[in-house]
Amino acid sequence: MNESIELKLPSVIGSVDEAASQAESFVRSCGLGDDVASAIDLAVRESVANAVKHGNKFDPEKMVELKFLRSPKGLEIFVRDFGPGFAPEEIPDPTNPENLLKANGRGILFMRSFMDEVEWSNHDDGGMVVKMIKWQLSQ
Amino acid sequence: MADITISERQAGDVTILDLDGKVTIGEGSVALRNAIRRLLGDGKNKILMNLGGVGYIDSSGIGELVSSFTAVNKEGGTLKLLNLTQKIQDLLAITKLLTVFDVYEDEAEALASYN
Repeated sequence: MNESIELKLPSVIGSVDEAASQAESFVRSCGLGDDVASAIDLAVRESVANAVKHGNKFDPEKMVELKFLRSPKGLEIFVRDFGPGFAPEEIPDPTNPENLLKANGRGILFMRSFMDEVEWSNHDDGGMVVKMIKWQLSQ
Repeated sequence: MADITISERQAGDVTILDLDGKVTIGEGSVALRNAIRRLLGDGKNKILMNLGGVGYIDSSGIGELVSSFTAVNKEGGTLKLLNLTQKIQDLLAITKLLTVFDVYEDEAEALASYN
């Protein structure tokens, strides 16, 4: 079993599938089941899609960096973009009645719903990192 | 292979779209948008979307369902959903969109609701 995997993907939509595929392999190599795999899959897809679209804005010069890490705390996922960053608390709540019919803005809700911890930070060398943790993995 | 296949059936004045595949960022969401635009362009605005064959959907796909709903409403029509998988039902519950969409498990019942 690999304790961690790191990869860099281009800022294209196809990277979402690639990241999810790598995440699936990592989750399975950890001996984890379908429920965890499904949650990780959605969280990885949403975070990488955000990095490609909103962070890097499809800039071919910018990569999306991922790290999957098996730690005593659980399964940790880091997704870094090289965009200007954003304030997560300023993202409108998509479940507010006034936002229900908006086409966008649900990715972060899904990440928070399917992972146990989600937090964003500015990287020292630029860009933004989202760290997501799934706790207490049973095998 | 395409992410999604969208087939069209007619039941009276209701158009049923059978979706099979993934409704995700990129191809799947675009295909759905195009299908809805085409129906509305043809004056077909009573639409029943059968999601029984949708194995995967993400926030982009959910957003496309919402956009479809508002586009059809804008044309004076009605969009309803049929055969939600458990996964889609969960995502619609999380987003509180189960309060927005009219959802059915039985096609005949869904079709009758348009009358």
